[in-house]
Amino acid sequence: MRRLKVLKSLITDSLDTITHGSKRYHLWMAFLTLVMLAGMYCYSIQLDEGLSVTGMTDRVSWGLYISNFTFLVGVAAAAVMLVMPTYVLKDIDFKQAVLIGEGLAVAALIMCLAFVVADMGGPSVLWHMIPGIGVFNFPNSMLTWDVLVLNGYLFLNLSIPFYILFRHYQGKEANPKVYIPGAILSVFWAVGIHLVTAFLYQGLQARPFWNNALLGPRFLASAFAAGPALIILVLALIRSFSEFKIEDKTIKKIAMVVTVAAQINLIMLVSELFKEFYAPTHHSESAYYLFFGLHGKGALLPWIWTAITLNVTATIILTFNKLRNNLKILYVACFMLFIAIWIEKGFGLIIPGFIPGPYGKIAEYTPTGIEIMVTLGIWAMGAFVFTILAKTAIGIETKKLRFKK
Amino acid sequence: MSNDSKKWFSLNLNSRKKVSESSCGCGKTSGGCGSHSNQKQPELNEQEFYEAAVDASIGEERSKDGFEQVFDVKMDRRSAFKKLTASLLIGAGAVSTSCSVVAGDETKEKAQIDWEEQFKGNYKLMTNDEKSATVDRLVRSYQLRTGKTISMSSKNAEEDVLFGYAFNISKCQGYMDCVNACVEENNQDRNSQMQYIRIHEMKDGKGLKFDEADDNYYHEVPAEGHFYMGTQCFHCDNPPCIEVCPVQATWREDDGLVVVDYDWCVGCRYCMAACPYDGRRFNWSKPEVPEEQVNHNQHYLGNRMRKKGVVEKCTFCVQRSRAGENPACVEACPTGARIFGNLLDPKSSIRWVLENKKVFRLKEDLGTEPKFWYFMD
Repeated sequence: MRRLKVLKSLITDSLDTITHGSKRYHLWMAFLTLVMLAGMYCYSIQLDEGLSVTGMTDRVSWGLYISNFTFLVGVAAAAVMLVMPTYVLKDIDFKQAVLIGEGLAVAALIMCLAFVVADMGGPSVLWHMIPGIGVFNFPNSMLTWDVLVLNGYLFLNLSIPFYILFRHYQGKEANPKVYIPGAILSVFWAVGIHLVTAFLYQGLQARPFWNNALLGPRFLASAFAAGPALIILVLALIRSFSEFKIEDKTIKKIAMVVTVAAQINLIMLVSELFKEFYAPTHHSESAYYLFFGLHGKGALLPWIWTAITLNVTATIILTFNKLRNNLKILYVACFMLFIAIWIEKGFGLIIPGFIPGPYGKIAEYTPTGIEIMVTLGIWAMGAFVFTILAKTAIGIETKKLRFKK
Repeated sequence: MSNDSKKWFSLNLNSRKKVSESSCGCGKTSGGCGSHSNQKQPELNEQEFYEAAVDASIGEERSKDGFEQVFDVKMDRRSAFKKLTASLLIGAGAVSTSCSVVAGDETKEKAQIDWEEQFKGNYKLMTNDEKSATVDRLVRSYQLRTGKTISMSSKNAEEDVLFGYAFNISKCQGYMDCVNACVEENNQDRNSQMQYIRIHEMKDGKGLKFDEADDNYYHEVPAEGHFYMGTQCFHCDNPPCIEVCPVQATWREDDGLVVVDYDWCVGCRYCMAACPYDGRRFNWSKPEVPEEQVNHNQHYLGNRMRKKGVVEKCTFCVQRSRAGENPACVEACPTGARIFGNLLDPKSSIRWVLENKKVFRLKEDLGTEPKFWYFMD
């Protein structure tokens, strides 16, 4: 009974917090709402007319939505890089950052699910996937694995921070015996979500570009680079816009994680390029299309070379201690890395899988305005969710939000 | 039109009609004979009241049309005006009520069908009774919507049947009659010009170079120095597309056909990514077939009307093949390049081809075991 009372008070208090703020905060939320509304309008057009309003065709049947989904699974998985040192290795440095990281994971997962739903031809019959009522093709379909791990990870990342914040809200310490098992589980789970998502593509013998054993490990390496890079940027923003104390030490430690992951990612990229171009086979055509264009068609060329340039530059910057320890340069490098991996693990991975087609046909893909707007809307929704979660969490952690008896 | 369709179903529609038909055979509508008062006096609902009112005002003129009712009768201007007004008012009321009553029942039935269709299960897991129930609903729904009657089959795979297909590369001249026949037979969306079959035009002397072939040609065929090869769904014995479906909306039937339950498909298009043969198509917008071009001989798993946002594919014309006919493409081919039959029947022509020709399949290294063979004379 008392818990319910606390919960009620927590909800009203957090509602109070998220609806009050500086002018800049209100402008930010209004902007996100506007983008979300525009995205919803475009989605309603898509619902009405079908997926024909997107740039996808029978030849390239997955596009911007699935690309963003794939990338965001990586961002969600990256929370583990903060959870593990904090809860499992007891490294105190990350303690303030970890709640932010988990909030980011929740927002990323919600965006993932939204992108999958936006990509569905029949969102009204999605209940066919619910085990019990529908038919859940487990364990044959990797997509059902993905549904399970994503929702499980979402649950873990909601429940652990909720428990900790709920205790702190009452002015009590969280009991490690309660949340440590969950934290350890979520470490494995995070690796699981990204590996399973890679298997989604890796298991298709029809698409040689995806059907290679390095895809899963490369997914992990790029995720552990892009995700913490985003967390660094977010922490930098939170540091300057709120009283939440995040030490330089914390950011520098996360930067170390980003650096190692980016280096490993680059090594794997070299390995992949070597395999595709040293002894090119029929199966290297997608890679040729991606990096050099095929038969005069090369819509992805500017994108992938931008990504490679940003990726290499950022990794070099991060490798040098002097540059990495300069926070301003670090932020720039993190931003570059984030964009690079968004291109590379997004449409740089998904689109070439379909080009050339099974019989060598090259039909290019260009997203339409509606598709781009829906995508932006979902990103705005993610930012909106994250802002709400972060604002409440920061309120509790800075002891402004407390349960009054 | 809509009255014609009523013959087929004993559903209790059109209650207004029953009321007006209840007038007895005495010919008079004003209640002069005994049976009228017995039936009508005790309780007058709103509709019956209208009927009675109509009877009272224009009872004798019922057999005449509106113009005659008013003007072909001797009467003074005042009573004519009165009668005209009364009949207009009552007529308008009766028409609107009756229409809405009819529409109400049909709407209700449509809603009922839509509801049951929305929440029905996966066809693959249905019993035979459930299969025929959903087929009946779909037939009825089509009738309610268009007034036309279709026949839809839910025939299961027969025992000792395994369908296979062979394609004679030497014979095909690229006429594309198979493509046209397929579109007409299978009710594919005409707007997006969806086609299950692709004919690849290849250059002589270059071997099977699919990537240099043209699968979208618009010129006279056979073109000099070219040969032709058709692809479609190969109905693999080990199809990668069905494994990946998260809801088992697509599966391999016992006679080897790889089919889709269009109503169970959620439209994730994972199967399209998994197919190595470009065998699947997606309804990117609402599929449309002009009413006069709809093939009314349908099968639930085959050429019945699809909706937007679902995947479809070649079914070897399940509506024909399970009825003992050849698929439309085989029948339409003017050169005899296409051969279809039961692989388990030693006397079938497909078996003859497999036993006497040098046959091969595409991308055999993927382990998909297509049931579609190519051969040359």
